[in-house]
Amino acid sequence: MIVASRKPIPEIKQVLAGHDKVLFVGCGTCVTVCLAGGEREVGIMSYALRMARRLDGRPIEIEQVTIERQCENEFIQELAPAAQRNAAILSFGCGAGVQAIAERFPEKPVYAALDTQFLGILEEQAVWAEKCLGCGSCVLSDFGGICPITRCAKRRLNGPCGGSTEERCEVSPDQPCAWQLIYRRLKAIGQLGNLERIVPPKDWRSAWHAGARRVVREEHRI
Amino acid sequence: MIETDPSTSTAAADSDCTILAFCCNFCAYAAADLAGARRMQYPANVRIVHVPCTGKIEVEHFLAALERGIDGVLVAGCLEGGCHFVEGNLRAKRRVGAAMQTLDEIGLGRERLRMVNLSASEAPTFVARIEEMVETVRSLGPNPLRASAAREESPR
Repeated sequence: MIVASRKPIPEIKQVLAGHDKVLFVGCGTCVTVCLAGGEREVGIMSYALRMARRLDGRPIEIEQVTIERQCENEFIQELAPAAQRNAAILSFGCGAGVQAIAERFPEKPVYAALDTQFLGILEEQAVWAEKCLGCGSCVLSDFGGICPITRCAKRRLNGPCGGSTEERCEVSPDQPCAWQLIYRRLKAIGQLGNLERIVPPKDWRSAWHAGARRVVREEHRI
Repeated sequence: MIETDPSTSTAAADSDCTILAFCCNFCAYAAADLAGARRMQYPANVRIVHVPCTGKIEVEHFLAALERGIDGVLVAGCLEGGCHFVEGNLRAKRRVGAAMQTLDEIGLGRERLRMVNLSASEAPTFVARIEEMVETVRSLGPNPLRASAAREESPR
């Protein structure tokens, strides 16, 4: 899922400074699960913003709506009447959600309440870890299901660097060395032979370096 | 609600600030009860909310109270390690910490929220904690949000 975290309240207050009637839109999918932009977080931010603005002597009126998914027009459609009633929209969606809403309501200012972080998983209660960079050409099958592109700080494809110590990453000692994990995993599944193959430099053309990417499935188009 | 002797606190003093105290059923609420049974005096500024465990209280409860003009919020839970539900008070501690951070960001200040720990037999501690909180809130002055009426929540 997409993992995000809330922006500081002063920053949100700053971007909403010119508006007195704002629609706060939560998203019921990824950011609800990562406790950043669901119905509850929208509620807490509403309390906070109302109080902050009253302290400044300029009250703000906030309407709260949380939709199933902000990244699909089908769900954004439900927002139309509420968007009409308000001067601006604060989206608690990921970067994709904010942009989807902005495209749908071209006449309304749309602001982001979250900092979108990465594609990851819940590692333990309230701890999320990045697992995928979205590079566009997956190498997981070769490395026992552990991504060296995402989880090795140096993005190495042919074994660990010389800096990892005690199975910990040299760059972030709080992280395990991805290559240690890959070695253990391949050994466990009897595929250590994979490591004998020299992996050529990664072709990054499928990644985002050439601008925003699109996926088109002709057979599903109507 | 335990009432204090009007002779020990003037009507003016009672009305200068209002404290909301979320009291856990298994400690602070029982301690407040004991304080009442023992006829102990403490400021009448406090309004007690009886909760099954401090772990039941959410950040929204603190913010809602302060938005409506309550001057200070006290969360009174069991001693650490002594929670009837094992870790409810530890969860409350983390939530209070998060809410304090939010209050700082808002500009209201974290001092208006406080968590204390005590056991059911500690009536004098309960009274002392209430007095300390009232003292803190008096030094901070009234909640600036009290001056303007809270807006009703827009329909979701």
